[in-house]
Amino acid sequence: MRNRTGAARIHALAGVMVLVAAAGVARGETGLVFEAGHPSLQHWLLPERPPYPEDNEPTPERVALGKMLFFDPRLSSDGNMSCASCHNPMFGWSDGLPTARGHKSMVLGRASPTVINTAYNTIQMWDGRKKDLEDQAIGPMEASVEMNTDFDRLFRFLNNNQGYSEAFARAYPGEGINKRTLAKAIASYERTIISNDSPFDRWIRGDASAMTEQQVRGFRIFVDPDKGNCAICHSAPNFTDNGFHNLGLASDGGESADPGRYAIKPVKILKGAFKTPTLRDVALTAPYFHDGSARTLMEVVEHYVKGGVVRERVSPNIRPLNLTAREKQDLVAFMEALTTRHEPVTLPELPLR
Amino acid sequence: MHAIVKLSGAAVAALLLAGTAMAAEYEVGQKNKAFTVKELTVKVGDTVHFTNQDDFFHNVFSLSDLKTFDLGSYPKGEFKSVTFDKAGKVEVECAIHPSMMMTINVEE
Ligand code: HEC
Ligand code: HEC
Ligand SMILES: [Cu+2]
Repeated sequence: MRNRTGAARIHALAGVMVLVAAAGVARGETGLVFEAGHPSLQHWLLPERPPYPEDNEPTPERVALGKMLFFDPRLSSDGNMSCASCHNPMFGWSDGLPTARGHKSMVLGRASPTVINTAYNTIQMWDGRKKDLEDQAIGPMEASVEMNTDFDRLFRFLNNNQGYSEAFARAYPGEGINKRTLAKAIASYERTIISNDSPFDRWIRGDASAMTEQQVRGFRIFVDPDKGNCAICHSAPNFTDNGFHNLGLASDGGESADPGRYAIKPVKILKGAFKTPTLRDVALTAPYFHDGSARTLMEVVEHYVKGGVVRERVSPNIRPLNLTAREKQDLVAFMEALTTRHEPVTLPELPLR
Repeated sequence: MHAIVKLSGAAVAALLLAGTAMAAEYEVGQKNKAFTVKELTVKVGDTVHFTNQDDFFHNVFSLSDLKTFDLGSYPKGEFKSVTFDKAGKVEVECAIHPSMMMTINVEE
């Protein structure tokens, strides 16, 4: 019986090998041709419009209302903190801080991620505890360490405010002013904060002059399994696999370390694992990592070259890299090619009464 | 004496009949960040091999009431196996990629 099982296993693996040989190349990151506009690279282009839930198509009314709410500090208990306090367009929709500052300037445990392209995420937050933008939006208001919102007071304010009550009625006729419509409006606005027209995108679409030779070299290193091997996690098209990995940051290890995803899913390999962030517009969002421990993109690259610092539970996909000084610079130059030149952000006029 | 039965067009799961043995073996791949089958029905005592076919590590775990297991993480070409000893429904996931999910129905 045992022998038979063994034979069956070998047979099974042989079958798999054939499958891999037949269909493996098409989707993997090998077999790519590094020429501007080449068909083998088109999977790096984002869909023109991000997906949205059936009951929340981002109409202009919804986006306009969401924008007011996103920038309105009156959503917080002290009337001084909006979503944009920590997701500030002047800092690439992050805050320029190592980790966020919350209610009464309390230092929080994790960095503010950018909201750019979160519309394409299939899971939200560093630890993935929220599933989509609607699900996420009320969280910072409910958190006592963040906006610490008094919802009774907030809904009284929004209902009594003519500008807001009209805007809600236009955006969500018959749905009222409540946590659900608040979240839906904010999510609709976030779905317009998109980076999909960077030099990299233009190069992928066929403009050979959009990226420098150095940036093209950096792209090769980024996807090459024997070089950077970055694309296995920062995968097409949004430079994320929506997955969770432990990078062996210096802050990991020991009892007091941030458990990351493990707090949500108690599976061993998730200890100290965090969500792969997008790299689109990444040049605008320093400092880096969930603990803000890397000040520059070069420091990030140096971290990967070392293969992590605390290796106790680091992802097996993180290992020391063999990159020359020039190759490291190429990688950084490539990441700098991921910045879209955005239209200036115009601030909404908030309804006073 | 072993037959590989394709359960779907893409040759995603193979049913390996170990001769006249009562317990069967199945193979489920992990490919392009998905399990190769969304659902699989097996009998009590059957074994499922989970094979990584991607260029990066995957994990296999279940926190189902019926059966809890964590196969750790392993690279392309390797597989790990679970024998299902009670009837019921088991949700199988990959901890690294939360969108990877499948269900195994274990029948008497
Ligand atoms: C005090 C600073 C602060 C405020 C205010 C704040 N955020 Fe955040 N935001 C954070 C931090 C820190 C995280 C990551 C927390 C974590 O993952 O545990 C985050 C995560 C997010 C994410 C997930 C991004 C991703 O890539 O997973 C979204 C979306 C988001 N915030 C939107 C909002 C919205 C909308 C508001 C206003 C209602 C808001 N934030 C208010 C600091 C803030
Ligand atoms: C095993 C998966 C994996 C690989 C391989 C990988 N990354 Fe990451 N990357 C992540 C995760 C997860 C994070 C966030 C980790 C954290 O903060 O704890 C991250 C963070 C980053 C950040 C910081 C982004 C921010 O907004 O804070 C940059 C930049 C980055 N990676 C670039 C790269 C480059 C360049 C490579 C290749 C040399 C690479 N990554 C390889 C998973 C990976
Ligand atoms: Cu996986």
